[in-house]
Amino acid sequence: MKSFIAKVYITLRSGILDVQGKAIEHALHSLDFEMINNVRIGKYITLNIEAQNDGQAKVFVENACKELLSNPIIEDFNIEIIEND
Amino acid sequence: MKFGVVIFPGSNCDHDAINVASSYSETYQLWHKDTSIPNDIDCIILPGGFSFGDYLRCGAIAKFSPIMNEVIKFANNGKYVIGICNGFQILTEAGLVPGALIRNNSLHFLCKDIYLKTENTNSIFTSELSNQNILKLPIAHGEGNFIVDDNTLTELESNSQIAFRYCDKDGNVIKESNPNGSVSNIAGVLNKKKNVLGLMPHPERYSDNLLGYNDGKSIFDSIFKNLN
Repeated sequence: MKSFIAKVYITLRSGILDVQGKAIEHALHSLDFEMINNVRIGKYITLNIEAQNDGQAKVFVENACKELLSNPIIEDFNIEIIEND
Repeated sequence: MKFGVVIFPGSNCDHDAINVASSYSETYQLWHKDTSIPNDIDCIILPGGFSFGDYLRCGAIAKFSPIMNEVIKFANNGKYVIGICNGFQILTEAGLVPGALIRNNSLHFLCKDIYLKTENTNSIFTSELSNQNILKLPIAHGEGNFIVDDNTLTELESNSQIAFRYCDKDGNVIKESNPNGSVSNIAGVLNKKKNVLGLMPHPERYSDNLLGYNDGKSIFDSIFKNLN
């Protein structure tokens, strides 16, 4: 068994209006950051996992994302697996 | 008939629901860790509140409370479930009604009275209502913005699954009467079999004349009349 760290990024799907992102974008524009657009807010979750290898670790985390960590109706997820030495 | 009200850690409208339900019949209080539902319960109420602090997503953790396995079986057996506010959010997370509830488009937590038009008066939850009678009910939510994809919306329309829409006091369903950005002003939806209802407004808070209004009572009257 090896130990891995997963970094999980959960974001609203592209078609879904992100009202928090919009509000922050407006605030940035009022601070003269007009060059910044399309602000999207998401969640960042880190996890430790015990698994045989990184492929298995990713499968565990994918299943956790599908079951609990994200809602597939509104959210996408992206996973990075790093070996924990 | 008998009601059962599920209490999750963080429920805060459970006693309002118990108060109304017990004015009709004996009402069971079910704890979220219970692993069975008494046989004589006909209708389960998932009350409002902030189950598990709304952590991760509203309703996402409550969906895995042990009682929810039983509530899902109960609904799949054709028995009746009504989810109010956080209860509605739990129903969407559990897949018992379609769609999802995201942050209000204003970003504000909304605590005010709204008007509701009943779209489907054929369900056991709404049979005592009329399309003409506009209900005045309170809302109190930060995440009540109902969202579905276009195909699901078409399905909801054609299956008459839309129970309630936000309207103005004269019953006009217009953009200005939509408090939270919900698609098509939807405030309440039914599942396909029409035995599960989820709605964001709080009928249990306006079910007693002492509180000034009792428009919510007609929903409980419908349930009682149909199941008793």
